[in-house]
Amino acid sequence: MLAFLLIIALAASPEMVTIGPGPAVAKNGGPVDVDVGRFLLDVDLVSRTDFAAFVGDHPLWRRDRARALFVDERYLADWASARAPGEDVDPAAPVTLVSWFAARAYCSAQGKRLPTSAEWELAAAASTTKKDARADPSFVAAILDWYGRPPAPLRANHRTQANLWGVRDLHGVVWEWVEDFNFALVKDGRSGDGGALFCGAGASAADPADYAGFMRLAFRSSLEARFALPVLGFRCAKDVLP
Amino acid sequence: MTFVDDESQARVGVGARRTLLLSLLVASVGCPAPASTTATTLSPPDPGPVRDSGGSAAGGLGPPQLEEVAILTDAPLVPPPITRRVPAKVKVEIEVIEAELPISDGVSYSFWTFGGKVPGKFIRVRQGDTVELKLLNHPSSKMPHNIDLHAVTGPGGGAASTFTAPGHGSQFTFQALNQGLYVYHCATAPVGMHVANGMYGLILVEPPEGLPKVDREFYVMQGDFYTVGKYREKGHQPFDMQKAIEENATYVLFNGAEGSLLDNNALKAAVGERVRLFVGNGGPNLVSSFHVIGEVFDHVWTEGGTHVQENVQTTLVPAGGSAIVDFKLEVPGTYILVDHSIFRAFNKGAVGMIKVSGAERKDVYSGKEVDSVYLADKAASDAGAIQRASSALGAGTLTREQQVEAGRALFAGTCSACHGGEGKGLPGVFPPLAGSDFLNADPSRAIGVLLNGLSGKVSVNGGAYDSVMPPMSQLNDDEIANLLTFVVNSWGNSGGQISSAQVKERRSGTPRPAGAAR
Ligand code: HEC
Ligand SMILES: [Cu+2]
Repeated sequence: MLAFLLIIALAASPEMVTIGPGPAVAKNGGPVDVDVGRFLLDVDLVSRTDFAAFVGDHPLWRRDRARALFVDERYLADWASARAPGEDVDPAAPVTLVSWFAARAYCSAQGKRLPTSAEWELAAAASTTKKDARADPSFVAAILDWYGRPPAPLRANHRTQANLWGVRDLHGVVWEWVEDFNFALVKDGRSGDGGALFCGAGASAADPADYAGFMRLAFRSSLEARFALPVLGFRCAKDVLP
Repeated sequence: MTFVDDESQARVGVGARRTLLLSLLVASVGCPAPASTTATTLSPPDPGPVRDSGGSAAGGLGPPQLEEVAILTDAPLVPPPITRRVPAKVKVEIEVIEAELPISDGVSYSFWTFGGKVPGKFIRVRQGDTVELKLLNHPSSKMPHNIDLHAVTGPGGGAASTFTAPGHGSQFTFQALNQGLYVYHCATAPVGMHVANGMYGLILVEPPEGLPKVDREFYVMQGDFYTVGKYREKGHQPFDMQKAIEENATYVLFNGAEGSLLDNNALKAAVGERVRLFVGNGGPNLVSSFHVIGEVFDHVWTEGGTHVQENVQTTLVPAGGSAIVDFKLEVPGTYILVDHSIFRAFNKGAVGMIKVSGAERKDVYSGKEVDSVYLADKAASDAGAIQRASSALGAGTLTREQQVEAGRALFAGTCSACHGGEGKGLPGVFPPLAGSDFLNADPSRAIGVLLNGLSGKVSVNGGAYDSVMPPMSQLNDDEIANLLTFVVNSWGNSGGQISSAQVKERRSGTPRPAGAAR
């Protein structure tokens, strides 16, 4: 009974919102769009403060203790110390320089998980007024403009207005880890080929709206699970109760 | 495309990587075996019978006998010729940097670069060399990048092997089997956008005996750019995907920025010297009709290959291709490099200069022909004046005199064909602007004339005209303001100043016919 109540409380916790049903979206750049069921997604990106609390509870994820198998040398490298972000960075800004392993560990510690690429794409297809704004020129232009510009220093979350689902900062702040990020376009040095990039790009090039999705696919496929990047953060998802 | 992929493979995690392959490439592409170790015996270009370099089959010249670090240069400089006559292992390190840089005066653009500039670093190696290429993607980058060198024999040209996340580096090695001048570029999806943002450069694979000696070598690379704002619209201009797809370039440029080869940045040489240009075209879309006004290319290594054509006026440089040209300089003066698809030169920025010093050669060129003034001197003064005007404008400090100066430069190319260089017009056909009562009665009315054109009956200084002036709405607000300020302050007109803000206001209040330039 107690557990049941607890689950209700978590599910209803204000920082998550229900997403779906919505338009079919690309499953990490796959050729066919898929339908995504309903799921819960964090309203905001995980902040440095949030992540510092996690590191405090799970010291094995401190940058001086985390295993090299799970994080690269740049893991949390912008923090003043192994425990805290320090004065030089905005603690309310999204945490970046975290590996996929670390992001997953964080989410699972909250009883959550990383969103799949399709879930993320579904949430991110919405503008403030439409569930599917992928063909909306000004929506796409704003996304592409951010992709094209050299990054600015990260500031606090909540920089953008919540979209129709109630989620903030899906575009224009950082890239985000997803569970199935490494569906590789081209990866292996021997069997891979530039042609896949060309031809894959060609498939969606006719519709300029797809370019934004294609750039995310390219970005994700360049990652490895240990990588920690200054422009890559995350948020968590969760299944809806049946 | 085919997916060698399914749910049965592990979904995620270390090493569990689903791979997307093109069945086509899996099936057909292989790497030719590094072949014979005998050097080909090519001599410097001669116009004799067609020679056969032997291609990649004759490309391997044996194992590397020494190791060196490549000298890399930014355009317009070229690394020194290779003098060694044995194969080497050459280490090349290029850092990818995403940077906001000027594309024109007062206009910035987010370039993605191989080495901080557009075009990327010039790489020079010798046929048979083993090249170890390291690609570093700066930690501040937002995008993954890679490199596909057309000089590489092997699937993808290195693209897959160098696919690199921000803050990471990767490396691969290839043997340069084919001699020639090759483009390299980023091949990360969406490829068109990475190329449009400036991710290209040249790699020269010298023939074993080297190229014929010349006095100067330069690196010139064309590219087309697509911005949301129109040509020379001030401020930061984002990439415009739709224009790129329509191949409707906003800028066509040599060496990545307007003015990168003009005035003080002009290439310099002297009479009596032989100049070689390594010309590349990054595209992404347009083929260049490369031409130097006032010169004939003595030799052209067409498409950067082995055979030499002679006495060429204009050579085609394909997108993703190159040409090597050389010419001997006989007459001093300023020579203008253009893409002879000529609107690109005058309206999109595809101009550069070679300034040649030295003694006159009146026997070759009298210097009195109209063309010499028109082509050489004017281009020089125009570019300078326009540039000064737009930089002052960027700082918001344009005086009436600067407007007049900038307007004068524009007038020659834009209005003088009809109204005459001195604004006298042609009786009955083109009305005068000099002392025009129509103009002086209401100078600001002329803004409308330029934006919308003028047709029907008008009377100017007692003369009747019933003709058509086409709209000049392709000119931007600054340009119209400068042109009109020049006109009202010239040839006995009543003076005054037309501001860019006035033009802007008038333009926004003018409905435009569908398809007209804004
Ligand atoms: C293709 C030829 C052509 C070009 C180029 C041209 N004009 Fe005209 N312009 C005309 C004609 C023809 C008229 C008279 C139209 C009529 O008869 O209704 C005219 C009329 C005018 C007038 C009003 C009459 C007068 O003489 O005061 C002004 C002002 C003017 N032009 C300015 C310019 C300026 C400035 C430029 C350059 C930006 C320019 N024109 C370029 C052909 C041209
Ligand atoms: Cu790139």
